Amino acid sequence: MRHLLIALLCLLPVFAHAGEATDMAADPVLEKRMIGLAENLRCLVCQNESLASSHSGLAEDLRREVREQMQKGLSDQEIIDYLVSRYGDFVLFDPPVKKTTLVLWYGPFILLLVGVGVLIHQLRKRKNLIAETELSAEDAQRAAELLNETADTPNQPKDSQA
Amino acid sequence: MARFILPFVIFMIVAIFLFVGLGLNPHEVPSPLVGKPAPAFSLPQLHEPEKQFSLQDMKGKVWLFNVWASWCTACEYEHPLFMELSRRNLVPLYGMDYKDKREDGMAWLQQHGNPYTLVVSDAEGRVGIDYGVYGVPETYLIDKQGVIQYKHIGVVTEKDLSEKILPLVKELQAK
Repeated sequence: MRHLLIALLCLLPVFAHAGEATDMAADPVLEKRMIGLAENLRCLVCQNESLASSHSGLAEDLRREVREQMQKGLSDQEIIDYLVSRYGDFVLFDPPVKKTTLVLWYGPFILLLVGVGVLIHQLRKRKNLIAETELSAEDAQRAAELLNETADTPNQPKDSQA
Repeated sequence: MARFILPFVIFMIVAIFLFVGLGLNPHEVPSPLVGKPAPAFSLPQLHEPEKQFSLQDMKGKVWLFNVWASWCTACEYEHPLFMELSRRNLVPLYGMDYKDKREDGMAWLQQHGNPYTLVVSDAEGRVGIDYGVYGVPETYLIDKQGVIQYKHIGVVTEKDLSEKILPLVKELQAK
Protein backbone atom coordinates (compact mmCIF):
# COMPACT_ATOMS: atom_id res chain seq x y z
CA MET A 1 0.00 0.00 0.00
CA ARG A 2 2.73 2.41 1.01
CA HIS A 3 4.77 1.58 -2.07
CA LEU A 4 1.76 2.11 -4.27
CA LEU A 5 1.19 5.52 -2.68
CA ILE A 6 4.79 6.51 -3.27
CA ALA A 7 4.60 5.32 -6.85
CA LEU A 8 1.43 7.33 -7.36
CA LEU A 9 3.00 10.40 -5.81
CA CYS A 10 5.93 10.02 -8.16
CA LEU A 11 3.49 10.13 -11.04
CA LEU A 12 2.13 13.52 -9.93
CA PRO A 13 4.66 15.61 -11.87
CA VAL A 14 3.61 13.78 -15.02
CA PHE A 15 0.06 15.00 -14.55
CA ALA A 16 1.26 18.46 -13.71
CA HIS A 17 3.17 18.53 -16.96
CA ALA A 18 0.20 17.27 -18.92
CA GLY A 19 -1.75 20.15 -17.40
CA GLU A 20 0.79 22.69 -18.61
CA ALA A 21 0.77 21.35 -22.12
CA THR A 22 -2.98 21.85 -22.54
CA ASP A 23 -2.71 24.12 -25.51
CA MET A 24 -4.62 25.04 -28.61
CA ALA A 25 -5.66 21.67 -30.03
CA ALA A 26 -6.64 20.30 -26.62
CA ASP A 27 -9.55 22.67 -26.24
CA PRO A 28 -10.95 23.78 -29.59
CA VAL A 29 -13.85 25.64 -27.97
CA LEU A 30 -11.54 27.80 -25.92
CA GLU A 31 -9.23 28.30 -28.89
CA LYS A 32 -12.17 29.50 -30.97
CA ARG A 33 -13.21 31.90 -28.22
CA MET A 34 -9.62 33.18 -27.95
CA ILE A 35 -9.38 33.76 -31.71
CA GLY A 36 -12.77 35.48 -31.70
CA LEU A 37 -11.55 37.88 -29.03
CA ALA A 38 -8.12 38.36 -30.58
CA GLU A 39 -9.62 39.35 -33.92
CA ASN A 40 -10.85 42.56 -32.34
CA LEU A 41 -7.51 43.35 -30.73
CA ARG A 42 -4.61 45.07 -32.39
CA CYS A 43 -1.13 43.66 -32.48
CA LEU A 44 1.11 46.45 -31.24
CA VAL A 45 4.13 45.38 -33.23
CA CYS A 46 2.54 45.19 -36.68
CA GLN A 47 -0.16 47.69 -36.03
CA ASN A 48 -2.55 46.94 -38.86
CA GLU A 49 -2.78 43.28 -38.00
CA SER A 50 -5.05 41.75 -35.44
CA LEU A 51 -3.74 39.77 -32.53
CA ALA A 52 -5.33 36.70 -34.06
CA SER A 53 -3.49 36.89 -37.36
CA SER A 54 -0.12 38.29 -36.34
CA HIS A 55 2.95 36.10 -36.19
CA SER A 56 5.04 38.43 -34.08
CA GLY A 57 6.48 37.10 -30.86
CA LEU A 58 4.49 39.55 -28.80
CA ALA A 59 1.21 38.49 -30.43
CA GLU A 60 2.01 34.88 -29.61
CA ASP A 61 2.68 35.80 -26.00
CA LEU A 62 -0.52 37.80 -25.79
CA ARG A 63 -2.54 34.96 -27.29
CA ARG A 64 -1.03 32.67 -24.66
CA GLU A 65 -1.94 35.20 -21.98
CA VAL A 66 -5.54 35.44 -23.24
CA ARG A 67 -5.79 31.65 -23.42
CA GLU A 68 -4.55 31.27 -19.86
CA GLN A 69 -6.89 33.91 -18.53
CA MET A 70 -9.79 32.16 -20.25
CA GLN A 71 -8.75 28.90 -18.63
CA LYS A 72 -8.83 30.71 -15.30
CA GLY A 73 -12.45 31.55 -16.05
CA LEU A 74 -12.17 35.26 -16.73
CA SER A 75 -14.82 36.82 -18.93
CA ASP A 76 -14.01 38.39 -22.29
CA GLN A 77 -14.61 41.84 -20.84
CA GLU A 78 -12.23 41.20 -17.93
CA ILE A 79 -9.52 40.09 -20.35
CA ILE A 80 -10.04 43.16 -22.55
CA ASP A 81 -9.86 45.38 -19.47
CA TYR A 82 -6.61 43.69 -18.49
CA LEU A 83 -5.03 44.35 -21.87
CA VAL A 84 -6.32 47.93 -22.06
CA SER A 85 -4.90 48.68 -18.61
CA ARG A 86 -1.47 47.70 -19.97
CA TYR A 87 -1.48 48.71 -23.60
CA GLY A 88 -4.15 51.41 -23.65
CA ASP A 89 -7.16 51.85 -25.91
CA PHE A 90 -4.79 51.41 -28.82
CA VAL A 91 -5.15 47.62 -28.59
CA LEU A 92 -8.83 47.90 -29.39
CA PHE A 93 -9.92 48.00 -33.01
CA ASP A 94 -13.18 49.34 -31.64
CA PRO A 95 -12.09 52.11 -29.27
CA PRO A 96 -14.54 53.44 -26.66
CA VAL A 97 -16.16 56.85 -27.03
CA LYS A 98 -14.49 59.28 -24.66
CA LYS A 99 -12.92 62.71 -24.60
CA THR A 100 -9.78 61.76 -26.50
CA THR A 101 -11.63 59.74 -29.14
CA LEU A 102 -14.45 62.22 -29.86
CA VAL A 103 -12.78 63.49 -33.03
CA LEU A 104 -12.18 59.93 -34.15
CA TRP A 105 -15.81 58.95 -33.68
CA TYR A 106 -17.66 62.09 -34.73
CA GLY A 107 -15.12 63.86 -36.96
CA PRO A 108 -16.24 62.05 -40.13
CA PHE A 109 -19.89 62.91 -39.49
CA ILE A 110 -19.01 66.55 -38.94
CA LEU A 111 -17.08 66.54 -42.22
CA LEU A 112 -20.07 64.91 -43.91
CA LEU A 113 -22.41 67.60 -42.54
CA VAL A 114 -20.06 70.34 -43.72
CA GLY A 115 -19.92 68.69 -47.15
CA VAL A 116 -23.70 68.45 -47.41
CA GLY A 117 -23.98 72.09 -46.32
CA VAL A 118 -21.55 73.21 -49.02
CA LEU A 119 -23.36 71.10 -51.61
CA ILE A 120 -26.78 72.58 -50.74
CA HIS A 121 -25.32 76.08 -50.77
CA GLN A 122 -23.74 75.53 -54.20
CA LEU A 123 -26.92 74.00 -55.67
CA ARG A 124 -29.00 76.96 -54.48
CA LYS A 125 -26.52 79.37 -56.03
CA ARG A 126 -26.69 77.49 -59.32
CA LYS A 127 -30.47 77.51 -59.32
CA ASN A 128 -30.43 81.31 -59.19
CA LEU A 129 -27.95 81.43 -62.09
CA ILE A 130 -30.05 79.33 -64.42
CA ALA A 131 -33.36 81.02 -63.65
CA GLU A 132 -35.92 80.56 -66.44
CA THR A 133 -36.04 83.39 -69.01
CA GLU A 134 -38.99 83.97 -71.30
CA LEU A 135 -38.42 82.89 -74.91
CA SER A 136 -39.07 85.69 -77.35
CA ALA A 137 -41.40 84.97 -80.33
CA GLU A 138 -38.48 85.31 -82.72
CA ASP A 139 -36.36 82.78 -80.81
CA ALA A 140 -39.29 80.38 -80.55
CA GLN A 141 -39.79 80.45 -84.27
CA ARG A 142 -36.11 79.87 -84.94
CA ALA A 143 -36.05 76.96 -82.54
CA ALA A 144 -39.05 75.40 -84.25
CA GLU A 145 -37.37 75.77 -87.65
CA LEU A 146 -34.20 74.11 -86.43
CA LEU A 147 -36.13 71.27 -84.88
CA ASN A 148 -38.07 70.67 -88.11
CA GLU A 149 -34.91 70.72 -90.15
CA THR A 150 -33.23 68.02 -88.13
CA ALA A 151 -36.39 65.92 -88.02
CA ASP A 152 -36.56 65.87 -91.87
CA THR A 153 -32.94 65.00 -92.58
CA PRO A 154 -31.31 63.25 -89.65
CA ASN A 155 -27.92 62.81 -91.36
CA GLN A 156 -27.43 66.41 -92.32
CA PRO A 157 -23.86 67.71 -92.60
CA LYS A 158 -22.83 69.92 -89.70
CA ASP A 159 -22.22 73.22 -91.50
CA SER A 160 -25.84 73.58 -92.65
CA GLN A 161 -27.02 73.65 -89.01
CA ALA A 162 -25.49 77.03 -88.38
CA MET B 1 -9.80 85.78 -56.68
CA ALA B 2 -11.99 85.34 -53.60
CA ARG B 3 -13.26 81.99 -54.84
CA PHE B 4 -9.75 80.55 -54.54
CA ILE B 5 -9.28 81.58 -50.93
CA LEU B 6 -11.55 78.97 -49.33
CA PRO B 7 -10.14 75.97 -51.25
CA PHE B 8 -6.66 77.25 -50.49
CA VAL B 9 -7.38 77.51 -46.77
CA ILE B 10 -8.84 73.97 -46.77
CA PHE B 11 -5.81 72.71 -48.66
CA MET B 12 -3.47 74.32 -46.13
CA ILE B 13 -5.32 72.78 -43.18
CA VAL B 14 -5.14 69.32 -44.76
CA ALA B 15 -1.47 69.86 -45.62
CA ILE B 16 -0.62 70.90 -42.06
CA PHE B 17 -2.37 67.84 -40.63
CA LEU B 18 -0.53 65.57 -43.04
CA PHE B 19 2.78 67.22 -42.31
CA VAL B 20 2.37 66.89 -38.54
CA GLY B 21 1.19 63.31 -39.04
CA LEU B 22 4.34 62.45 -40.95
CA GLY B 23 6.45 63.59 -38.02
CA LEU B 24 4.66 61.38 -35.49
CA ASN B 25 5.96 57.95 -34.63
CA PRO B 26 3.08 55.46 -34.78
CA HIS B 27 4.99 53.17 -32.44
CA GLU B 28 4.82 55.70 -29.63
CA VAL B 29 1.57 54.61 -28.13
CA PRO B 30 0.79 56.51 -24.94
CA SER B 31 1.10 54.13 -22.02
CA PRO B 32 -1.84 53.94 -19.65
CA LEU B 33 0.61 52.84 -16.95
CA VAL B 34 2.17 56.28 -16.45
CA GLY B 35 0.94 57.63 -13.12
CA LYS B 36 -0.03 54.15 -11.93
CA PRO B 37 1.78 51.81 -9.54
CA ALA B 38 4.31 49.64 -11.34
CA PRO B 39 2.98 46.06 -11.67
CA ALA B 40 4.48 43.83 -9.00
CA PHE B 41 6.86 41.12 -10.12
CA SER B 42 9.43 38.74 -8.82
CA LEU B 43 11.97 37.43 -11.29
CA PRO B 44 15.22 35.47 -11.15
CA GLN B 45 18.37 37.52 -11.47
CA LEU B 46 20.26 37.08 -14.70
CA HIS B 47 23.65 36.44 -13.15
CA GLU B 48 22.41 34.52 -10.13
CA PRO B 49 19.19 32.83 -11.23
CA GLU B 50 18.69 31.17 -7.85
CA LYS B 51 18.15 34.66 -6.40
CA GLN B 52 14.95 36.55 -6.96
CA PHE B 53 14.49 40.26 -7.40
CA SER B 54 11.15 41.90 -6.84
CA LEU B 55 9.61 45.31 -7.13
CA GLN B 56 9.39 45.46 -3.33
CA ASP B 57 13.18 45.62 -3.13
CA MET B 58 13.15 49.05 -4.75
CA LYS B 59 10.76 50.75 -2.38
CA GLY B 60 11.88 54.23 -1.40
CA LYS B 61 14.16 54.65 -4.40
CA VAL B 62 13.88 56.52 -7.66
CA TRP B 63 15.15 54.20 -10.36
CA LEU B 64 15.24 53.45 -14.04
CA PHE B 65 14.00 50.12 -15.34
CA ASN B 66 15.29 49.34 -18.80
CA VAL B 67 13.87 46.50 -20.88
CA TRP B 68 16.45 45.11 -23.30
CA ALA B 69 17.53 41.89 -24.97
CA SER B 70 20.57 40.48 -26.69
CA TRP B 71 18.55 40.09 -29.92
CA CYS B 72 17.57 43.76 -29.84
CA THR B 73 19.81 45.66 -32.24
CA ALA B 74 18.40 49.05 -31.26
CA CYS B 75 19.53 48.40 -27.69
CA GLU B 76 23.13 48.77 -28.83
CA TYR B 77 22.45 52.41 -29.74
CA GLU B 78 21.39 53.46 -26.26
CA HIS B 79 23.91 51.24 -24.52
CA PRO B 80 26.88 53.68 -24.47
CA LEU B 81 24.58 56.28 -22.95
CA PHE B 82 23.65 53.90 -20.16
CA MET B 83 27.32 53.07 -19.57
CA GLU B 84 27.95 56.79 -19.16
CA LEU B 85 24.91 57.11 -16.89
CA SER B 86 26.12 54.34 -14.61
CA ARG B 87 29.55 56.02 -14.40
CA ARG B 88 27.95 59.29 -13.36
CA ASN B 89 25.98 57.44 -10.70
CA LEU B 90 22.96 59.73 -10.88
CA VAL B 91 20.22 57.17 -10.74
CA PRO B 92 20.22 53.40 -10.27
CA LEU B 93 19.64 51.59 -13.52
CA TYR B 94 18.08 48.15 -13.45
CA GLY B 95 17.68 45.97 -16.49
CA MET B 96 15.22 43.35 -17.59
CA ASP B 97 16.46 40.85 -20.15
CA TYR B 98 13.28 40.32 -22.14
CA LYS B 99 12.45 37.08 -23.98
CA ASP B 100 16.06 36.09 -24.12
CA LYS B 101 18.23 33.10 -23.31
CA ARG B 102 20.17 33.56 -20.12
CA GLU B 103 23.54 32.78 -21.67
CA ASP B 104 22.88 35.10 -24.64
CA GLY B 105 22.00 37.96 -22.31
CA MET B 106 25.10 37.41 -20.20
CA ALA B 107 27.33 37.15 -23.26
CA TRP B 108 25.91 40.42 -24.59
CA LEU B 109 26.68 42.20 -21.33
CA GLN B 110 30.15 40.70 -21.29
CA GLN B 111 30.79 42.02 -24.77
CA HIS B 112 29.23 45.48 -24.45
CA GLY B 113 29.71 46.15 -20.76
CA ASN B 114 27.18 46.05 -17.97
CA PRO B 115 25.71 49.40 -16.91
CA TYR B 116 23.05 47.80 -14.72
CA THR B 117 23.05 47.61 -10.96
CA LEU B 118 21.16 44.37 -11.40
CA VAL B 119 19.52 42.53 -14.27
CA VAL B 120 16.48 40.30 -14.03
CA SER B 121 15.54 37.73 -16.59
CA ASP B 122 12.05 37.62 -18.11
CA ALA B 123 12.63 34.69 -20.41
CA GLU B 124 8.97 34.12 -21.24
CA GLY B 125 8.00 37.76 -21.48
CA ARG B 126 5.23 37.53 -18.89
CA VAL B 127 6.33 40.47 -16.80
CA GLY B 128 6.83 42.28 -20.10
CA ILE B 129 3.12 41.92 -20.80
CA ASP B 130 2.32 43.26 -17.33
CA TYR B 131 4.42 46.31 -18.12
CA GLY B 132 2.86 46.77 -21.54
CA VAL B 133 6.15 46.12 -23.33
CA TYR B 134 5.74 45.79 -27.08
CA GLY B 135 8.91 47.17 -28.56
CA VAL B 136 12.30 46.73 -26.97
CA PRO B 137 14.05 48.84 -25.75
CA GLU B 138 11.65 50.47 -23.33
CA THR B 139 12.59 52.40 -20.23
CA TYR B 140 10.51 53.15 -17.16
CA LEU B 141 11.15 55.73 -14.49
CA ILE B 142 9.73 54.58 -11.17
CA ASP B 143 9.47 56.79 -8.10
CA LYS B 144 9.90 56.16 -4.38
CA GLN B 145 6.29 55.03 -4.00
CA GLY B 146 6.68 52.54 -6.84
CA VAL B 147 4.64 54.63 -9.27
CA ILE B 148 5.65 54.74 -12.94
CA GLN B 149 6.36 58.39 -13.67
CA TYR B 150 7.60 58.14 -17.22
CA LYS B 151 7.83 55.56 -19.94
CA HIS B 152 10.20 55.87 -22.86
CA ILE B 153 9.53 53.71 -25.90
CA GLY B 154 12.46 52.97 -28.15
CA VAL B 155 16.05 54.11 -27.97
CA VAL B 156 16.86 56.67 -25.28
CA THR B 157 18.88 59.49 -26.81
CA GLU B 158 21.24 61.94 -25.16
CA LYS B 159 18.53 64.59 -25.52
CA ASP B 160 15.84 62.40 -23.93
CA LEU B 161 18.13 61.74 -21.02
CA SER B 162 19.33 65.28 -20.37
CA GLU B 163 16.07 67.10 -21.14
CA LYS B 164 13.39 64.73 -19.91
CA ILE B 165 14.60 61.85 -17.81
CA LEU B 166 17.31 63.34 -15.61
CA PRO B 167 15.39 66.52 -14.67
CA LEU B 168 12.45 64.31 -13.71
CA VAL B 169 14.77 62.07 -11.69
CA LYS B 170 16.08 65.09 -9.79
CA GLU B 171 12.59 66.32 -9.10
CA LEU B 172 11.46 62.92 -7.86
CA GLN B 173 14.54 62.38 -5.71
CA ALA B 174 13.92 65.70 -3.99
CA LYS B 175 10.41 64.70 -2.98
